[in-house]
Amino acid sequence: MGRAVLWAAGVLVALFLLAPIVAIVPLSFSAGSFLFYPLPGLSLRWYQDFFGSDFWLPALWNSLGIGAAAAALATVLGTPAAFGLWRAKGAFRAVAMGVVLAPMVVPVIVVAVALLLAFGPLGLVATHTGLVVAHAALGAPFVVVTVLASLEGFDPVQLRAAAACGAGPLRAFFRVCLPQIAPGVAAGAVFAFATSLDEVVVALFVAGPAQRTLPRQMFSGLNDQISLTTTAAAAMLVAFSVLLLLAVSWLQSRSRRRASG
Amino acid sequence: MKRTSAAALLTAPLLLFLLLSFVAPIGAFLWRAASDSEVAPVLPRTVAVLAAWDGAAVPGEDAFAALVADLREARARDRETGAGSIPRAAARLNADRPGFRGLLPMTARRAEAAFDGPARDAVLAISDEWNQAETWGAIRRAGGPLSSFHVLTALDLRQDATGAIRAAPEDQSVFRAVLLRSLWISLLVTAACLALGWPLAWLIATAGGRASTLLLGAVMLPFWISLVVRTAAWMVLLQREGVVNVALRGAGLIESPLPLMMNRFAVVLAMVHILLPFMVLPLVATFRALDPRLPRAAASLGAAPWRAFLRITLPLSLPGVGAGCLLVFIQALGFYVTPALLGGPNDQMLAWFVGFYATRSVNWGLAAALSLMLLVAVGLCVALYGRLAGFRRPGAA
Amino acid sequence: MMFRRDVLKAGLAAGAAAATLPGTAGAQGRDLTVVSWGGAYQDAQREVYFRPFQQATRSRMLEETWDGGIGVLRSRIASGANTWDVVQVESEELLIGADEGLFEPLDWAAIGGRDAYIPEAVHDHGVGAILYSFIIAYDRARMAQGPANWADFFDTARFPGKRGMRKGPKTTLEMALMADGVPPAQVYQVLGTAAGVDRAFRKLDSIKADLAWFERGAQPPQWLASGEVALTVAYNGRISAANATDGRNFAIVWTNNIFTLDSWVIMKGSPNKARALEFLKFVGRPEIQAGLPPKIPYGVTAKGVNERLPADLLPDLPTAPQNLRDALHLGDRFWLDNLDRLTQRFNTWVSR
Repeated sequence: MGRAVLWAAGVLVALFLLAPIVAIVPLSFSAGSFLFYPLPGLSLRWYQDFFGSDFWLPALWNSLGIGAAAAALATVLGTPAAFGLWRAKGAFRAVAMGVVLAPMVVPVIVVAVALLLAFGPLGLVATHTGLVVAHAALGAPFVVVTVLASLEGFDPVQLRAAAACGAGPLRAFFRVCLPQIAPGVAAGAVFAFATSLDEVVVALFVAGPAQRTLPRQMFSGLNDQISLTTTAAAAMLVAFSVLLLLAVSWLQSRSRRRASG
Repeated sequence: MKRTSAAALLTAPLLLFLLLSFVAPIGAFLWRAASDSEVAPVLPRTVAVLAAWDGAAVPGEDAFAALVADLREARARDRETGAGSIPRAAARLNADRPGFRGLLPMTARRAEAAFDGPARDAVLAISDEWNQAETWGAIRRAGGPLSSFHVLTALDLRQDATGAIRAAPEDQSVFRAVLLRSLWISLLVTAACLALGWPLAWLIATAGGRASTLLLGAVMLPFWISLVVRTAAWMVLLQREGVVNVALRGAGLIESPLPLMMNRFAVVLAMVHILLPFMVLPLVATFRALDPRLPRAAASLGAAPWRAFLRITLPLSLPGVGAGCLLVFIQALGFYVTPALLGGPNDQMLAWFVGFYATRSVNWGLAAALSLMLLVAVGLCVALYGRLAGFRRPGAA
Repeated sequence: MMFRRDVLKAGLAAGAAAATLPGTAGAQGRDLTVVSWGGAYQDAQREVYFRPFQQATRSRMLEETWDGGIGVLRSRIASGANTWDVVQVESEELLIGADEGLFEPLDWAAIGGRDAYIPEAVHDHGVGAILYSFIIAYDRARMAQGPANWADFFDTARFPGKRGMRKGPKTTLEMALMADGVPPAQVYQVLGTAAGVDRAFRKLDSIKADLAWFERGAQPPQWLASGEVALTVAYNGRISAANATDGRNFAIVWTNNIFTLDSWVIMKGSPNKARALEFLKFVGRPEIQAGLPPKIPYGVTAKGVNERLPADLLPDLPTAPQNLRDALHLGDRFWLDNLDRLTQRFNTWVSR
């Protein structure tokens, strides 16, 4: 009896989580222009609209380009930092961890306004560079956390072995450690990319019209008028998210297998 | 020794990057909450004269003369360089005392012409406002370089000309209510997430096999989907001619559409949806780490199931519950996009006001003070989280 | 040695990834950015102004949407983070911004001379873009007998349902006073007193629970279409555009409409000043302007446009004599002095 209630409640909550997403994706294939069911027919017209628009397609490219650059930057900076934090001890580690993880907890509106005011005099507002730097800062903690997790499965004895063979600590990291934690690093990069792809508040404040990303374009679309083109964009973002989720699960399972094997 | 320095070396690039792109900008922004730099460069003599003023009655001729001299000089400088320092000082003073935005530029314009007799008479002829101690009090409060004005404003407090702190006028008190509203919405969201997340997490942790994987997928999928997309989904569902209303009408349950959007309900609903995974995932980790033999042992010793739950399962899962709640609460506090799109004017949280004062009204000091308030609230929660997470030794989850 | 080169290479790769993205040259190299009001209006502008301009000059321009507020412009200039060049502003924003030095003085010779425009459109810092009216709109499909004036708009007993109004004190307080029986000619006289402002807020208080606040011009027709509101304040052109292009049957109540004009300004310190003037010259040509009213019925500002317009369009324009007859001309001078003070009061009032 109790078990049945639990199942009912759990399944209902799972449905609650999925329902909104499941509800809007089919709408984007509507042949009509209403935002409700039943659909008058199926068509790809809203996707045609998306790819033919002056705004949506550039926004898609901006999102992918800025996401890739921010993820690259966050990964290049975050991976060695994670290794350093893994080896570090004591007060230095605590302080460095605090700084590195801060972007995860500081409300993003504070970051957005602070960057707007700091980037303004530097000429970085409404530039791709500015947005890449901001998104890299927001994505870096995810790289560090993910890489740290995959380092849990790395045996530090190997480093001592490398040192015994005459390798310096940096060389040991690049030659011995990095190849083994590569799936974790890749997963971190995907996390950073997803962070950028998801981010809208900083984009609203520091990006200009030439840097409009997909979420930002959606935000203004929602403020103006929800069209089915917006749902098409949403459906595509959902597809991206599923791909990224699958990529990360695959990478993490590989990283686990390595750790245990 | 060598090991530590190598470690420091590897973290240095990221730390440096974050220092420049994150810590320093935020620090500089928050510093504006405590600093006041707009008025002193425009009215240096006036500020100096007022430093010695008791604030009880309108200051004497020396203050008026200083004001005229300052304004003449600033106006000449503004005209030459186009720096617009008078409007900026006026904006700062206007934040303290509405009316200054017009008063200061007007006084500057008219005081430029030469006059005979005391400066006091000439200035009072321009506007009677200068005959009130509070007008001068505002200038003194804004004299800088440090000031408590913005922080006090964020708490609905004011300092009067004599230095006493009292409640702000009622038609300007709004921020305490906004803070309470933000806390209340976050609390509601957290409670709802806990109530909904608990059974789901328990199922995921205990069902095992395929069912467990599928349910976990149902949590992970929305977790990865953009916040804007999920907010948009709720707008499509909840709007007047949206999926829910049309379906309800189609089923004959309602005659006219329900107002489901632009209200507190929509904001809380969408926020629960967005934040629920942050509750479920730590709970699953906690439940999985529980030793399933303990409740069974309790049962075999004769404890009723609810008793076993209260005495064993609940206390053991508390750290996970605390972690999930704080994770949800912290993030809820800073929400911006969802209330902006789904809420009405009474549902906007602190973040919206930070954005408003930063970009729609040149009041960075207040934006910074409100940010500070937000950060203090978040900081307290993080500290609490650290203590709670401290219960769980690494490896337990 | 090897690994050091690896580090260097990785760093360079990341740097290059950032540098090869377009637009990194900084603010100097950005394209002309024109800012307008979005929705059906900006769609029309895009078709009639923006695209032809880009084709004619074989260059790229960017467009942005905003929803007004002098504070936005002040923040942009004061923070040094301004990336806008040409902005469409409302009348009191033009006055305030010109007074505070937010805009470049306009080189009239470069855009055809002052005589090429109607007198209302000429200002030292801005050139008129459109003439328009704030009117009451409702959906005939949902409401057979609609309101006739502002008093009806505030009458929730006879006309139940939510009402859309523009978020902000400007126009809202005027409407409240007219609903309370103040004739248009005396509105600003009454509003100039503390008692008059209190009276306006009291009137608004009486229907506060039924008010929905729009911030963008595109919202009122959308809310009417979805039934979100029963009545709404709106910009006249957006309502006609919804009737024309979306097949709606919205009614416009012109009684005591509030009539005003928007202007184009060039933001202070714009690095694209020459191109901005080129743009303003292009959109100031009568043959170009004549393309706008058929798409969205707003009045335009170059002399000699009305002769080019189809006769059946003229009654829809806010400049038609019967529409102007009992209109209230928006008091930009009043708002120049009072906007900040009353906005503060309004915001506090709304958020409570």
